[in-house]
Amino acid sequence: MKALTIAAGLSTLASVAMAETPVLTIYTYDSFVAEWGPGPAVEAAFEETCDCDLQFVSVGDGAEILARLRLEGARSPADIALGLDTNLTAAASETGLFAPAQIDTPALDLPIAWNDDTFIPFDWGWFAFVYDKENVPEPPSSFEDLIASDHSLLIQDPRSSTPGLGLLLWMKSVYGDEAADAWARLNPQIVTVTKGWTEAYGMFLEGEADMVLSYTTSPAYHLIAEDDDSKSAAAFDEGNYLQIEVAAKLASSDQPDLADDFLEFMLSDAFQALIPETNWMYPAVTPEGGLPEGFETLAKPDTSLLYLGDEAREMRDEALAEWLAASAR
Amino acid sequence: MARSLGPLSRADVTGAAALALVLALVLGTLVAVTLRAEAAAGLGPADWAAIRFTLVQATLSAALSVALAVPVARALARRRFPGRSVLITLLGAPFILPVIVAVLGLIAVFGRAGIFSTALGWLGLEPISIYGFHGVVIAHVFFNLPLATRLILQGWLAMPAERFRLAASLGFAPADIARTLERPMLRQVLPGAFLVIFLLCLTSFAVALTLGGGPGATTIELAIYQAFRFDFDLGKAALLALVQVGVAGAAAIIALRVSLPEGSGAGLDRAVTRWDAATPLLRIQDAALIGLAALFLILPLAMIARDGLPTLLHLPASVGWAALRSLAVALASAALTLALALPIAALAQHRRSKLAEGIGTLTIAASPLVIGTGLFILLFPFVDPSRLALPVTALVNAVMALPFALRALMPALSQVEADFGQLADGLGMTGWARLRHLWLPRLRRPLGFATGLAAALSMGDLGVVAMFAAPDEGTLPLTLYRLMAAYRMDLAAGAALVLLALSLALFWIFDRGGRLDADA
Repeated sequence: MKALTIAAGLSTLASVAMAETPVLTIYTYDSFVAEWGPGPAVEAAFEETCDCDLQFVSVGDGAEILARLRLEGARSPADIALGLDTNLTAAASETGLFAPAQIDTPALDLPIAWNDDTFIPFDWGWFAFVYDKENVPEPPSSFEDLIASDHSLLIQDPRSSTPGLGLLLWMKSVYGDEAADAWARLNPQIVTVTKGWTEAYGMFLEGEADMVLSYTTSPAYHLIAEDDDSKSAAAFDEGNYLQIEVAAKLASSDQPDLADDFLEFMLSDAFQALIPETNWMYPAVTPEGGLPEGFETLAKPDTSLLYLGDEAREMRDEALAEWLAASAR
Repeated sequence: MARSLGPLSRADVTGAAALALVLALVLGTLVAVTLRAEAAAGLGPADWAAIRFTLVQATLSAALSVALAVPVARALARRRFPGRSVLITLLGAPFILPVIVAVLGLIAVFGRAGIFSTALGWLGLEPISIYGFHGVVIAHVFFNLPLATRLILQGWLAMPAERFRLAASLGFAPADIARTLERPMLRQVLPGAFLVIFLLCLTSFAVALTLGGGPGATTIELAIYQAFRFDFDLGKAALLALVQVGVAGAAAIIALRVSLPEGSGAGLDRAVTRWDAATPLLRIQDAALIGLAALFLILPLAMIARDGLPTLLHLPASVGWAALRSLAVALASAALTLALALPIAALAQHRRSKLAEGIGTLTIAASPLVIGTGLFILLFPFVDPSRLALPVTALVNAVMALPFALRALMPALSQVEADFGQLADGLGMTGWARLRHLWLPRLRRPLGFATGLAAALSMGDLGVVAMFAAPDEGTLPLTLYRLMAAYRMDLAAGAALVLLALSLALFWIFDRGGRLDADA
């Protein structure tokens, strides 16, 4: 009890001391700010330079960040939303809640050209089917290969999961009008469709299926953190679908300059060097020291697929209807 | 029995206030969400399919859970064996686990690489597949069979020993006992147990989706989630939530109408001796039933323990803090549950109001997503919602646990009132005096059970806290999810074991406290 009282006293002192320092509030997704994510180190590094108090607020995932901001409207305390992705930017910019960043964007190391000055990328990755090399000695190199094989798959529901939506658009970009037919042929191999990435990946590690929908960078975790090189990801000849994660400044921010400072910091080495081994994604700007050892072993698709902006949203609804029709048993 | 209802008492007013709070949380949040909607909404064919699927799976899951629970509860009621009380405590376990932990435990047993399929493989047989409609039902039975067993067992334990004594002296065979004693009791207990489990399955989302094997297994709750997060269609989310509450309301009306009031004489609380069940055949039958149920329930839990043990000592300090926060929330939530349940039960009993009981039962059908969003809309103009994360979580968990508390309390309370009500009235024992000297002593067992359940349920709940929590304020279930999302499945398994152990300990302490003198 005494310790609690002291802690309460200390935090009162601390908040008095901070009353004068400006506060930068960033909405981001839950795993970003977790102890094991980039959040804590990012906060410490930025506060060293900014003479401010950076406060993260965790809001589920990217889609929930946007929903929360729409609920709050112009009165939102948020200065920055960090963790939307390319599937959300069209809906996000339509809300009129975001403002262009006033920063000098360095050259980005993305597989595609980027020219949006409101939504600034901070990391990216390719969706891919991850497998255990022992169970899948000859991995498929295309969707047709995969359908011809009898590998069992775990995927996520596009209605509740970002990778799930990624696969939906990936299939759509490869098969176009034939997507429904391709789903019908792929479905027998799908063991189940989970609510989120966590469930599917956990089940994959329990041995429930040969392959799981995840990222090409997932094997890097096992290699670097667990010294386990048994996992690998399949690069497809048609190309793999991209996820680009972005951050943007809120138009209603009461700290617009500080927000710009953060966005600039976000593309600097101090932030970018944290990404590979905390978020397990590719940094948007490769840091000076290069990528951590082990990343060079990862599968690298030759082609990157991605719908941007309005096209992503139109394709999304069409592809979802096709998937539901082909998959509802 | 025909006592006049009399004028409004202080207890009635307290009960009405508790009901009003519950209604505000369930319907008020729904209204708040509806008012924020940008366009009027309607239901499409996909929504109707979701409603159909939800109804079918919830009905079947509840029916099967209850049907299987009857023989198990009977076996537990008439047998005494070492480890019985531990087994009864473990019965609470699956139900209080976070979904993902329970699903992984189930898969470790029944999955394609699980021990069941592996054993079949040794025999040269094909592995079983748990995915599909049957998987949804199996998982729901795993979650709810224990709860059903406990609720029904409660009914058996409430039967006075004198009746069995009389039955034995009249030379009743087991069939006679079933007809004259057990069936009337079941008629009273089963509809309520069915209802609670039906409502639990109604709001299932991740279990149904994960084990259902595809979008065919879309429940109403998933449709709500889709409307909110995929389309940001608040109107539709609210409409679907209303449908969900409506279905729950209809089910509650049917179940409460079917259920019979109890009314046959008081006993003296002697230990029950079951002369009728002493035949070898019945002994074997009961042993087999208890053994099978225990295996079905305990194997997945054992797998969780096996996976968690190796990392138990390597868990980061944050897991310990999260566990402390969860404990605090659980205790607050349990206290709140009682503070709501007792006045509502008193009101329902005093005014003979099925409506009060029905409203108190509905909360379980409320969508956590809609409650959370609604509360957010209501609170945001006044306070920073993340400051209230833990209190809000405790309150919402308490309201969610209310139906279970009422389920356990109501039959016992009407029994107490039927047996001693007239005496208490004659003595002029009302208000606090009646609560202290009649209700609390006579309701120890269901009160302990309800408190333990509420605490344990709150411990494992992820629901609302995820929408409100500040980064460094996670509860144990949230921390567990964060560990998994950061690929740290081994640490997550350790955290899951901590969660399982703490929930069980909470449940055991309260439940045990309620049974201290009765079970000796």
